[in-house]
Order: sequence, then structure tokens, then C-alpha cells
Amino acid sequence: MDFAFTDEQLMIAETAQSFFVDNATSERTRKAMASDGFDRETWRAFCQELGLSGLLIAEEFGGSNLGMVEFANIAEAAGAQVAAIPLLGQTMVGQAIAAGGTQEQKSKWLPKLAGGEIIATAGGSADLQANGKKLSGKIGLIPHGNIAELFVLSDGSNAWIVESNANGFSVETPTTMDQTRPLATFILNDVEGEPLANSDAAMAAGKAGGWICLAAEALGGAQSCLDRTVAYSKERVQFGRAIGSFQAYKHRAADMMIEIEQARSAVYWAACAVDEGSDDAELAIHAAKAFCADTYFKCAGDMIQLHGGIGFTWEHDAHIFFKRARSIQTMLLDGNWHREAVATMLLGEAA
Amino acid sequence: MKLGFSKAEEDFRAECADWLNGQMAGEFSDIKGIATLTAKAERRKEWEQQLAANNWSCIGWPTEWGGRGASLAEQVIFAEEYARAGVPGRVNHIGIELAGPTILTFGTEEQKKQFLPDIAAGKTIFCQGFSEPNAGSDLASVRTKARVENGEWVVNGQKIWTSLAHISDWIFVVARSEEGTKGPKGLTFLMMPIDQPGIEIRGIKQINGDAEFNETFFTDAKCAEDSLIGAPGEGWKIAMGLLAFERGVSTLGQQMGFRNELDEIIAAAKANGRASDPLIRQRIAKAEIGLRLMRYGALRMLSNTDHSKVDGAALTYKIQWATWRRNLGELAMDVLGQAGEITDNNDYEWSTLSNLFLYSRSDTIYGGTNQIQRNLIAERALGMPREPRGDL
Repeated sequence: MDFAFTDEQLMIAETAQSFFVDNATSERTRKAMASDGFDRETWRAFCQELGLSGLLIAEEFGGSNLGMVEFANIAEAAGAQVAAIPLLGQTMVGQAIAAGGTQEQKSKWLPKLAGGEIIATAGGSADLQANGKKLSGKIGLIPHGNIAELFVLSDGSNAWIVESNANGFSVETPTTMDQTRPLATFILNDVEGEPLANSDAAMAAGKAGGWICLAAEALGGAQSCLDRTVAYSKERVQFGRAIGSFQAYKHRAADMMIEIEQARSAVYWAACAVDEGSDDAELAIHAAKAFCADTYFKCAGDMIQLHGGIGFTWEHDAHIFFKRARSIQTMLLDGNWHREAVATMLLGEAA
Repeated sequence: MKLGFSKAEEDFRAECADWLNGQMAGEFSDIKGIATLTAKAERRKEWEQQLAANNWSCIGWPTEWGGRGASLAEQVIFAEEYARAGVPGRVNHIGIELAGPTILTFGTEEQKKQFLPDIAAGKTIFCQGFSEPNAGSDLASVRTKARVENGEWVVNGQKIWTSLAHISDWIFVVARSEEGTKGPKGLTFLMMPIDQPGIEIRGIKQINGDAEFNETFFTDAKCAEDSLIGAPGEGWKIAMGLLAFERGVSTLGQQMGFRNELDEIIAAAKANGRASDPLIRQRIAKAEIGLRLMRYGALRMLSNTDHSKVDGAALTYKIQWATWRRNLGELAMDVLGQAGEITDNNDYEWSTLSNLFLYSRSDTIYGGTNQIQRNLIAERALGMPREPRGDL
């Protein structure tokens, strides 16, 4: 019985927490929000100085070959600051190529991903048409698609590696509610794609990495919402008392913590299940994505309510958490979809 | 960080399962699967003695007092296998999990010799006398009085919710021994024999028709002057120490019972067609996810060996499982439909799922209501300011 972080995992978690607190400051995130949703300074430092961007990638490709638990430590810390970095796409593409790429594809791309030399993202649409290696069609809602250079794209059955500088490729960038992770639309006109050797393995690994990334980000974000709300409740005085002494206030904060502690169990259960190749891994990942996204949204909504008027302003950071929380809820399929996947495991397909 | 148990621990699991399944298939098959705490009490006392005869009664206790000195992981494994084998709840769980550890920690050598061997052997059944009609959530406001007279403690007052008092031999009582004191001061922790003229027990019939709880009346009830734990006036400290022994070892065992309940709901939904209702499917998935998260939450809590600071996460566990199970009771009824509201039984005894619906209303009340749990979480885990106390 040893469901606790090792000393090394604790060290990674603490290093990541202080890194993101120091780097992904509100000021820098807001600067990114006002332009293309990319905090370049934080991303560069994360990849080059901290050296944790290749955490999941094998050592032979320049990574550090650690597991999902360690990755979740990082994503949780990034989520706690709502860092405007392309961690999600980088993880999905790295996992997809590692699981389903040819040796040549791995050798070509994984070292670049590990070193942060290239920005990557992933997306899919059943509308994508393949004619040999030529891809055409429109794929919407691609996280950080506005800045990415390398993609793994799929039509639901097959997956290809595509580069942004390929002929026939263009990007549209609608305004995105969560300005820390803009969603782009890709338009492909006979764009050359390089098929992955094993599309099923690539898509499964890519999605698993993405779901754990989002769940861990959501955990970190939810904890920040609670921490900031509790701090505020001790400072703000009304009726001659700190508002945090009122039960109506305390009980909501307690409810946030109850959900967050379950979310923490969910993230690390899922991460551990993937690392150990457990039979429960699929169930755990669906559980983590659905539960953590809901927890984050609840906590971010409560954060606004429990701050009163200031929580509704642009000046306060509450809206940054709230918008990220909403974005995570629907990104890579919503909670109802993930719960239906769990229900199918328990009950069989719906009649 | 690991999900599972070691090879040695899994071997121990197999040993537990073998013995328990053998008992439930053999000599004690008549008590297998009993859901209430009260049915077949005499047979269940015999079961306590059977456990003791095979050294399974109190495996977490030190070997010199009848235990095995088992590790936390082994205790958890035993609790899991106990529930998985369909063995009914321990009628002496208060003795094994609360009274015994309290005596071990705070008792004198004489008290250890007097009580521990008989508790371990299943010959002395203990119950707990804390709550009173006016001391529920506010446990420190007990009014039951104790005074020393002619070399004996004399106790007057009333306790309530004394689970299983009607089949117990001893009761531990927190009573006010210093006239004029209030709250946690001036309380003394006494151990009293139940079979005496000064103690009267009346069952409380509860929502599901069963009577697991009692009112216990003390009218010049007596115990020896040295039948106290700690010193006079230290009762609150001892009582709080006792509650801290509930470190959650039994929680994973309890979850095996929850697993059985959820599986029964899943089977019912498949049988009656509700399994194709998308809303029911969502709720069953939520229940499954909640149960899994409870398991990994408990494993996190039990794997945390740093007891130097308050484990905030551990404080969230009670409200989490209690609320989950109350919701499960409602889900059970929604899956059963109106059929869940009738029974052929003429004694108002219900099927597992209908009984779950009724009984689970108590989960969010006993052992600290959900509202008290939220106060504890906010004040102890989150460090929020205390609610000012009233003076009535």
C-alpha cells in the first residue's frame, strides 16, 4: 500500500509549482491574452531552463522517460496558474508519435518536441478527406492551432503528421472565450500528410495524454480557486466579522475542498493506472476527465460568487480561471460523453 | 506512487480470504450476508469468539494482548476481505476499534489485564455512551453527572444513540464530574458494567423498522472508583483521543459493502430495462466514479505516514462517503421504481436496496452531520475563522 508520491515525484511537483508561480504570472498571462494566447517567455523557460518539456519522451529521443504521475505533477502546476502555454498539444502529439509513429518519425520529431524546438497540436474531424497522402477539409476548435507548427490530424480512423508550412494549409483564428488557449480552425486543400504507422495506437495514446493533461490542469486550477477564495475570506470584513467566519461561506469552501480532494485522487489514480498498464486505465481516464472538469467549473464559479462584485471584474483573475474551466469541460469531449463511456463499461451499450 | 499492494500483502489477502470464505461456507453460513447490525445477535457473539480462537479478532493489536501486530496495510486487507466474503458487521467493533485502543493507550496495566483479553476473546462487548439528547453535534455539552460516593462512582443522566447497548456487557461513559463546569472541562471517562439495576436500556425504533440504537438511562448507576481512564476531569481528552483511533482502516472494508450495493443496482437496472435510460446511465456512471475515487482517496489517506500535521484530505472523507451513499439510496429507488416501495415481508423488513434507501439517511447524520463536517473542514483544513459560540 503505497499510493503516495515518491520523494522524486514530490521534488518535481514542488519545482514545477514554484516555476509556474514565478513565471506564469497574472501579468504575463494577461499579456498573452491580449495577443495570440501564447506566453512565449514562460514556454521558452519551461522547455529550455526547467528541462521538463520532454518528461514523457524516451531518453533515446532526448526526453527524460518519466511517467504520467510526474507529467500530471507538471500539468497540475501549469493549470494552477492558467499558464498560456501549448502543453496540451505538445503532450498529445508527443504521445501519439511515440505510440504510433515509425522509427523515422520518432527520430525526426520527438527530440524536437522534447527540446521545445517546435510547437505542436492535435485535432480531428470526420470531415477530413484523404486522397492518398493528400488531405482536404476543415478541422475546427484546435487548441493553440494559431501558433503550432506540427500537427497530428485524424479523420477518426487514420492519423497523419502535417506541418504548418505545407502547401494548401491555412489557419483561421476566431476570438476564443478562454484567451489563454485560443481555438483555431484549420483549412486544408490537398495538404500533404505523412501517415502514422499505427493510427489506432497513436490516437489512443494522444487522447489519453490529452485527457490526463486536462484533468491535472483542472485539479491545479480548482485548488487555486479555493486557495484564493479562502485567502480573500480572511481579509474581507462585513458585519464586523471576516466573511470567512460565516457558515454560509465556510460550507461552500468546504464543498470545494471535498470535490478537489476527489479530483486529486482521480488524476493520480488515472496517471498511475496508465503507468502501471492497469486494466482500469481507460475507466480511470474517463473518470478523471469528467470529474476534474466539473470540479474546476464548480470551484471557479464559486470563486466568483464568493468574491462578490470584484469577482465579476476583468481586473480580478477569477474570470481567467472561470473561462479556462469552461473550456476544459468541453475540450476533448464533455463530461456526459465520458460518463457514458463509463456506463457502457458497466451496463453495455444503451439499447 | 503505486496503485496496488505488495506480493507479501497479496499473499496475506489470500490467507484472509481462504479462512473467511471457509467459515462462511461452513460453520457460520447461517450469518452470511446479514445486513443489519442487530439480527442473530447471539450467533454473532459466537462469531466474535470464533474470530478470536483463530487469532483474527483484533489483528492490529500488539501480540501480547491477543493481536498480530498487523501493519496498516494488513488491517486494510483484512477489512476488505471480511466485507467481500459477506461476513456481517462486527457486534464488538466498538470494543475492538475504540475501547481496546483507548485502554491500550491511556489505561493502567491493571485495566489492560482486566479488559483486553476478554475484548480480544469476544467475551466482553463494549458500547459507547457519548451522545445525549442535548449533546449531539455539540458533544462537549454533556449533562450526565458522576460523583464519587463511598468509594464508587455514582452516575445519573441519560445517553442516546448507544448502538448495540442491548447486547453489550460494558459501556464507556463521558460524564460531568465537576459541578458547575461547562463544555469540555470537568468531564470524566468511566467504564461501567451494563448489567446492574441503575442502568436501563430502551430500544429506539428507526426509519427502517430496525432498532440498532438505544436510549440508556442512568439512575444511581455505579462502577468502581478506579474504573476510569485517565484522571477525573480528563474525559474530553480521552474521548477525543479515542475518536482519533478511527483512522479509516475500516473504510476500505466498508467500501466493499458499497461495491456490493452498487453492483446490485447495476444488476437491477439491467434486469428491468432502466439500464437504457440515458439519465440513469449517467447516474450509475457517477456512482461508479465516486466509489472508485473513494477507494483511491482512502488509499492516499492511509499511505500518508506523515502524522505531524492535520491531514486535511482525511477530513473530507466522512462527508464524501456519506453523501455518496445517500445518493446511492436514491438511485436505487429510481432504478427499482415503485416496486421498491412494496415488500411481501409482514415485519417491515426490506430488501437490501429499499433498506439502503431508508438507512442511508442516517449516514449524513451520525458520526458528525454533513454540516458539522463542513465546519471541521473549513476550520481545521482550510484555517477559516471559527464561528462565534453562543451562550445558551
